[in-house]
Amino acid sequence: MKPGRSIGPAFGVSALASLALTIVYLNGGQPQAEGALLAVALGGIAYGLVVWAKELMPGGHAVQERHEHASSDAERDALDEDAERSLEEIQRRTFLGRMLTAAVGALGLAALFPIRSFGSSPGSALFHTAWTPGARVVDDRGVAVRADDLLIGGAVTVFPEGNVGSADAQAILIKVGEGEIQPLPGREEWTPSANVAYSKICTHAGCPVGLYEQDRRQLLCPCHQSVFDVLRAAAPTAGPAARPLPQLPLEEDEEGYLVARGDFSEPVGPGFWNEP
Amino acid sequence: MILKRTSRWIDDRLGTSGFARSALNKVFPDHWSFMLGEIALYCFVILLLTGTFLTFFFDPSSRPIVYDGSYGPLHGATVSEAFNSTLRLSFDVRAGLLMRQIHHWAAIVFIAAVIVHLCRIFFTGAFRRPREINWMIGVGLLILAIFNGFTGYSLPDDLLSGTGLRIAYSIALSIPFIGTWIAFLIFGGEFPSHEIITRLFVVHVLLIPALIIGLLSAHLAILWRQKHTQFAGPGRTEHNVVGSRLWPTYAAKAAGLFCATLAVLSALGGLAQINPVWLYGPFEPSAVTSPAQPDWFLGWVEGALRLFPPWEFTIAGHLVPNPFFPAVLLPGVTFGLLLLWPFVERFFTKDDEQHELLDRPRDRPLRTGVGAGVLAFYSVLFFAASNDYLAKVLDVPVAVITNVFRVAVFALPVLVGWLVYRLMKGLSTSGASNLLHVPASAFRRR
Repeated sequence: MKPGRSIGPAFGVSALASLALTIVYLNGGQPQAEGALLAVALGGIAYGLVVWAKELMPGGHAVQERHEHASSDAERDALDEDAERSLEEIQRRTFLGRMLTAAVGALGLAALFPIRSFGSSPGSALFHTAWTPGARVVDDRGVAVRADDLLIGGAVTVFPEGNVGSADAQAILIKVGEGEIQPLPGREEWTPSANVAYSKICTHAGCPVGLYEQDRRQLLCPCHQSVFDVLRAAAPTAGPAARPLPQLPLEEDEEGYLVARGDFSEPVGPGFWNEP
Repeated sequence: MILKRTSRWIDDRLGTSGFARSALNKVFPDHWSFMLGEIALYCFVILLLTGTFLTFFFDPSSRPIVYDGSYGPLHGATVSEAFNSTLRLSFDVRAGLLMRQIHHWAAIVFIAAVIVHLCRIFFTGAFRRPREINWMIGVGLLILAIFNGFTGYSLPDDLLSGTGLRIAYSIALSIPFIGTWIAFLIFGGEFPSHEIITRLFVVHVLLIPALIIGLLSAHLAILWRQKHTQFAGPGRTEHNVVGSRLWPTYAAKAAGLFCATLAVLSALGGLAQINPVWLYGPFEPSAVTSPAQPDWFLGWVEGALRLFPPWEFTIAGHLVPNPFFPAVLLPGVTFGLLLLWPFVERFFTKDDEQHELLDRPRDRPLRTGVGAGVLAFYSVLFFAASNDYLAKVLDVPVAVITNVFRVAVFALPVLVGWLVYRLMKGLSTSGASNLLHVPASAFRRR
């Protein structure tokens, strides 16, 4: 085929595609058709231009000499001399130089202060959640949970009453078989009627530990696959998490509802520098 | 005629004719691998164009609103204004979904093109003196591109990206000494804050793009000043550049490549669904999707998070949390070494010569072997980010997959590096180098 014969048709196809694109758009638009037609319109121009350049334009043999990257020695020396002379003049004013350094330094320091406005001080925010002694355990619709609501094997995401949806107070409440739990010393009374609750925030990178594998009594984090043993104080058994999920101390009130004895056993969520 | 008069008018005032003539006659090498950086550049232009369109409709606010747009399944759900406007521009703005998907695909191809371009520079030794500065600027551009990719896909405030932000917050928390302060200052308080989407938006559409434009301009200006490197070949020396002139040949090819890049992105944007946030749903702190993975360019960090053993350290009563090692230290070392590579190699080779002619990968077996090993390392990390998915597909426990990856992440780089080194050694001593002695006439085309 004669060089360049396919270029004209390519541009023609492109123009037709653009026309069709306009029609599609005017008729309310359709993402797939828009994308495909735009691809044809642009592809036609691309094909035409590249073939034009390759077959009809000069190329490949142009030669250009390189220049030296560095300046000439004379230019370098001249700059050095100028710089030295002016620097000497400045350096003679020792006192003024020091005062200027102090002023610019102080200004630089003052300019950092707006950064402090970006957010509140961490303070004790990471150390406590909305769980308080006597706070009722409610589900994600705010309905209070009774000690006998869950069947063995059941699990539900719970919050302190009045704080449904709270990011750091979220906990997962699980019912296991009576006598299965092997509590840590001091936590023997935290699991009324074999109801056990742990912080739902993974101690690795903070994802919700949302998967409860009932037959193996373990909680799994879907982000990085950390596994926690529900029967042994949520100790990590696999994956990258290094610390157990903090446990929520529970008790049953006179009406049979689950309430918290207090806040979680440790600060919730991923680790941080001042974590005890 | 008009062109000539305009040119005269400008030259009367600015004296540009000399520069314009030399610019139009500037010679560019023709090798295909030199187009990789161009593809990255064109993707960035496309990102600016489509991104501007998106800003006209996107509302970066956490304010809750009841969704009542045309996507039925979410009717009546309380979502953030950010999520709501993302759905509106996807379903109710004509060509909005196409623009959004082209934008996302362009970001994905942008970073891929930057990395492949970086590999070309690395394996051919184009970073050597006098081009160390442009190498470092390029690494800076890669870092900025990855950051902007992350801030971009976090904007819609969907369940998947909210989980990503949660992890980013945890990574910031893990930094020794100042982690809690950094996390609280960036997020405007404890996660989830109401500030973060608004802040990410400004960072994504203004701060980082401005930095990228600045560095990109320097990158291109330095490239222009220093001229391209070229492969050895007939008539090509350390003192010249052989190829096509800017006008008209190279300009036509470049315009063609721009159109081709946008054509591919349009096809992807129209035909290949990406980030369907309506399927993930709005972000809720106590919910999570599974499997959950970041965009591809953060897969290596995600993989490292999954593979790093359950180790944490206590220093003088203070905790250094687990994510610090895979998600702060590893990226820090990665980009630190990458940035300083020209000087690292210079330290070992003692080679301080000017280089205008490129190495072929086989000419430097050791560098090529090291580069291949490093690529293998990050590839293993990348695939480790899918350990849960692989476990499901292969029907093997996740823990087994994870342990296989933990071995592979050290074994495979050594193996690949050694194999590639041997291969390059073999190639460099074989007769293949005689290609250079083919008479110049054999290279003429047409």
